[in-house]
Amino acid sequence: MNGQTKNNKALVLRLAAIVVGMFGFGFALVPLYDVFCDITGINGKTRNTAASYDFVTVDESRLVTVEFITRTNSGMPWEFEAQTKRVKVHPGEMAQVDFYVRNPSSRDIIGQAIPSVSPGTAALYLNKTECFCFNQQPLLAGQEALMPMKFYVDPQLPEDIHFFTLSYTLYDVTATSSEVAMNNK
Amino acid sequence: MSTVADDLHHDDHHDHKPSGIKRWLYTTNHKDIGTLYLWFAFIMFLIGGAMAMVIRAELFQPGLQIVDPNFFNQMTTVHGLIMVFGAVMPAFTGLANWMVPLMIGAPDMALPRMNNWSFWILPFAFLILLSSLFLEGGGPNFGWTFYAPLSTTYSNDSTALFVFSVHIMGASSIMGAINVIVTIFNMRAPGMTWMKMPLFVWTWLITAFLLIAVMPVLAGAVTMVLTDKFFGTSFFDAAGGGDPVMFQHIFWFFGHPEVYIMILPAFGIISQIVPTFSRKPLFGYSSMVYATTSIALLSFIVWAHHMFTTGMPLFAEMFFMFATMLISVPTGVKVFNWVATMWRGAISFEVPMLFALAFIVLFTLGGFSGLMLAITPVDFQYHDTYFVVAHFHYVLVTGAVFSIMAAVYYWLPKWTGKMYDETLAKWHFWCSLISVNVLFFPMHFVGLAGMPRRIPDYSLQFADFNQWISIGGFAFGLSQFIFLALLLKACRKEGEPVSDKVWDGAEGLEWEIPSPAPYHTFETPPVVK
Ligand code: HEM
Ligand SMILES: [Cu+2]
Repeated sequence: MNGQTKNNKALVLRLAAIVVGMFGFGFALVPLYDVFCDITGINGKTRNTAASYDFVTVDESRLVTVEFITRTNSGMPWEFEAQTKRVKVHPGEMAQVDFYVRNPSSRDIIGQAIPSVSPGTAALYLNKTECFCFNQQPLLAGQEALMPMKFYVDPQLPEDIHFFTLSYTLYDVTATSSEVAMNNK
Repeated sequence: MSTVADDLHHDDHHDHKPSGIKRWLYTTNHKDIGTLYLWFAFIMFLIGGAMAMVIRAELFQPGLQIVDPNFFNQMTTVHGLIMVFGAVMPAFTGLANWMVPLMIGAPDMALPRMNNWSFWILPFAFLILLSSLFLEGGGPNFGWTFYAPLSTTYSNDSTALFVFSVHIMGASSIMGAINVIVTIFNMRAPGMTWMKMPLFVWTWLITAFLLIAVMPVLAGAVTMVLTDKFFGTSFFDAAGGGDPVMFQHIFWFFGHPEVYIMILPAFGIISQIVPTFSRKPLFGYSSMVYATTSIALLSFIVWAHHMFTTGMPLFAEMFFMFATMLISVPTGVKVFNWVATMWRGAISFEVPMLFALAFIVLFTLGGFSGLMLAITPVDFQYHDTYFVVAHFHYVLVTGAVFSIMAAVYYWLPKWTGKMYDETLAKWHFWCSLISVNVLFFPMHFVGLAGMPRRIPDYSLQFADFNQWISIGGFAFGLSQFIFLALLLKACRKEGEPVSDKVWDGAEGLEWEIPSPAPYHTFETPPVVK
């Protein structure tokens, strides 16, 4: 019977290790998911750091249409609009689009824009050298602003993509972001 | 305790047990714990069923008449949670507790004290979940799948109770699963080699591995919801850099193996019952074992068939479509083997067999609607409609639940020593069979026509079908009271005494012990030839 108890203990420990490991795996799925999406670009997320524009050759042989969509998350009162709805660019060519925002409400709000590209694979080839989405944007009550975004399309863009959409969703992050950001402006 | 038992085991202290409530609170006996699990599951089945009746009463007519939409959503949510975690899973665990030691010739489960714990924490989990319904603002209303942001941004504070209760349920099933694995690995009677194990034991072993692999992932998912909601993390919050679609990936990584957790033991039960009443050995025993294993393995790579409409890239849609269809191959092997077992058998139609036959036909029907849903382009039409509701109720009610009922009828005489009331049992079967189809079959049609699921109101053109569905629902609910009456009679030990073997075609160690099964069995291990 003693040998039996020992065997049981050893097996229970091993099974408990699987349980702990799988609990960890559940959380590991979060970075794994991000890495996987970064590599494949399948969820349309763009990089949230600025790209550099060095030694880029412009591919004059084709034109890509980039369309801009803006929306605000529910509960976010800002007006938010792209000044240009679509641009045609050669891959490698720099372009700038301005986005208009206004805070019509009577309170100061900090906004965060989250970009998303469709089809997702195009996200890998969208290089933004400057974007309001890299930072949180504070707007005092009643204030308005023009927010610039500069980008170029990587010349490596697959031949079959002639058109893609960049959509921004604005979130109200006042509650979770620090007061400091507001005072700094 | 029968005298036969005392003759078999020549010690008289073995039958000693405390009386009254203490017996049940402190018990470490696998049969007592099995009984507790089974009664608990049945009570949960009735409570979850009552919620389904609220849903069907509201949907009897278009328009809002009985409950407000928020309460309706709480009903669909808690109905699903109770049926999955409170009824089907504990019922299977109860059957495993009762039958696995008897089928492998073990005196008890390997870890009897943990067994007691894993049962007794369950009632608290469901007490917490159910009591949240009575709080200000109500209980969880985001569906049993608790998609973010419904469960994070848009839920109320009772979400903390939901998370806590899911943690307890998970702990309970993980402990139960560990117990089953250790028992099967270490407690088999001499000569009970792997490939001699009854299929119910095999399927439960594989189920137990699925449980310890994915219940922790569920625990992780609810924990992330908790911290997103209350502690400012952004796992699923896009504004903070997270991704709500990732919630669905994590949930379904648990969720799809979970649906196999609820059907593999059923496959085991049917594989025990069909040979008994066909009076032939099971056709293709080893292929059954391999099919079960491959279903379990494949179940880890198909989760995103629940997410075809989330905007996955084409190659992912294709991959999950074909992987899902691949699962129907081993499933088809099983159905083929059951039919081949019956082929030219001397079949008789006792109630366990009736339920098993209904299972084979109706589960297969659910498998076919599953195949339709697996086809990505058409799933864009079917997703989140009543067609999905029809699909999973065919596999879960006429599949999992029918198999549990078949198992209860099959082994009840062994447990009580008395034959159940056969007239009531036949009434229960036929009423359930007819009403369950009136209930779920028309859901296919309203689903194909576009009626969305989890909505308390619908357009007028669905009115007739929904009336039928509700009538079927009420009839199915009422039919279960026949079952309740039968079980109460069985507990009072009414009925004809049965022989040790009970069914003349039955094979296996559980039929070699006396009826009713003595409190302690196989204290000296049997020898398996
Ligand atoms: C041939 C086997 C099966 C196939 C191909 C299959 C396929 C599918 C697909 C594609 C969906 C997603 C439909 C949608 O949301 O648009 C689904 C949903 C579902 N299936 Fe299956 N299935 C199969 C067997 C099973 C079994 C055996 C069970 C459980 C015992 C099950 C339980 C469920 C449940 C509960 C859902 C709905 C989950 C929810 O959204 O609430 N399925 N099935
Ligand atoms: Cu699935």
